[in-house]
Amino acid sequence: MASVLVPEVPAPGFSFENCQRNAFLAQKGFPAPKATKTGTTIVGIIYADGVILGADTRATENTVVSDKNCQKIHYLAANMYCCGAGTAADTEMTTQTVASQLELQRLHTGRTVPVETASTLLKRMLFRYQGYIGAALVLGGVDRTGPHIYCIYPHGSVDKLPYATMGSGSLAAMAVFEAGWKPNLSEEEGKKLVRDAIAAGIFNDLGSGSNVDLCVIRNNGPAQYLRTYEEANIKGKKQGSYRYPPGTTAVLKQRVIPLEVESVSIHPVQQPQPMEVEPSHSRR
Amino acid sequence: MSILAYNGGAVVAMKGQDCVAIATDKRYGIQAQTVSTNFPKVYQMGPTLFVGLPGLATDTQTVFQRLKFRMNLYELKENRIMRPKTFSAMLSNLLYEKRFGPYFIEPVIAGLDPYDNQPYVCNMDLIGCPNEPEDFVVSGTCSEQLYGMCEALWEPNLKPDELFETISQALVNAADRDAISGWGAIVYIIEKDKITEKHVKTRMD
Repeated sequence: MASVLVPEVPAPGFSFENCQRNAFLAQKGFPAPKATKTGTTIVGIIYADGVILGADTRATENTVVSDKNCQKIHYLAANMYCCGAGTAADTEMTTQTVASQLELQRLHTGRTVPVETASTLLKRMLFRYQGYIGAALVLGGVDRTGPHIYCIYPHGSVDKLPYATMGSGSLAAMAVFEAGWKPNLSEEEGKKLVRDAIAAGIFNDLGSGSNVDLCVIRNNGPAQYLRTYEEANIKGKKQGSYRYPPGTTAVLKQRVIPLEVESVSIHPVQQPQPMEVEPSHSRR
Repeated sequence: MSILAYNGGAVVAMKGQDCVAIATDKRYGIQAQTVSTNFPKVYQMGPTLFVGLPGLATDTQTVFQRLKFRMNLYELKENRIMRPKTFSAMLSNLLYEKRFGPYFIEPVIAGLDPYDNQPYVCNMDLIGCPNEPEDFVVSGTCSEQLYGMCEALWEPNLKPDELFETISQALVNAADRDAISGWGAIVYIIEKDKITEKHVKTRMD
């Protein structure tokens, strides 16, 4: 029995308690609305010294741009990141879940988790939900077996490739890769190629836009997340100010809620005391 | 018609200089028929934290109650108040749990961080994908009109009184172009030492 003192442990996983109601509403002519999509360009390549991931930063709800600078390169572990396209909430939550599982795995084994593990966790999760979790991913990372790029589709199939693109701008980006990718690119050449691929998506695909984000993961050394590597469309300066003078808006009534400080207590930070390692001599 | 537009309503939030503002309309209707003109969709969740839940009114109330429950448990367990960013994560998880049978609301969060007084605004889609921009967030049946008003009116570093005029005019003029939003509005200006609640006069047609 659940009570206030012993609350019921909520069941893990998805809850379907609204489904019957929502199906009824759909039958009455109120279908469920669409969630935010990241009509996207995301890419990843292997270069001489690791992998480079790239993404644009536009999120859309139908034709409305709902986020002009969203993050599509998600953290999975110190040695791997994952780009997400498709339903924005699905890519966000799927990568968060897998990131937590990978960290537990790392602590359990005491080793850097291989990229293959992340690919397996992601494809199992997506396959289990038969494509209803609409996440199309480009996973990139390095481990002791070298650099890896994986393409993971919403239904759970996986491609292992030296260069990959996903999302609505994938054709534009792949055109750039097919023309420019070769084995053992230098880091500068690699970053340029990824930038060009994302820019091709930004300018030729309406679902992609705003800025270029990059993430360089080297075989040795920490990953370098280059947020807003390039601003593809710099906004012009506003010519006029459309500020309303104070008092324009008619106020019917007003209430001010002060936030008073009831008490202030300052806790000085104490110097850490060294641990006592020898038995005390004062007591016998 | 979308179920999100069944009851009507709009919420907008903006960042200012060391302050944030959140505004809501007061209409509650059943499609074109107005039922009440005193149904704000914004709730105070902490001393400097507000959440707006426009969408299907039954879900507005259910989600508010569930949020309050989870938040009370957090604050009893942790013995400290919740940061806006934590609150967003909690709401995002609450909504994503219902990924395949969602609540029909698109929330807006506005607040000052109680620990470093940083302004924070965030909105989400109905399955909890968070969006944390540097300027403003909009939601509700006239979100497209609100996007237009906010893009034109908002500028960085607005003082609290300037922010009030900006957000009020954005909401009022957007709602005037939407038949199922409006009928009065409430604006909250959140500063670190006080909250000002203003009831704004609007068209009542």
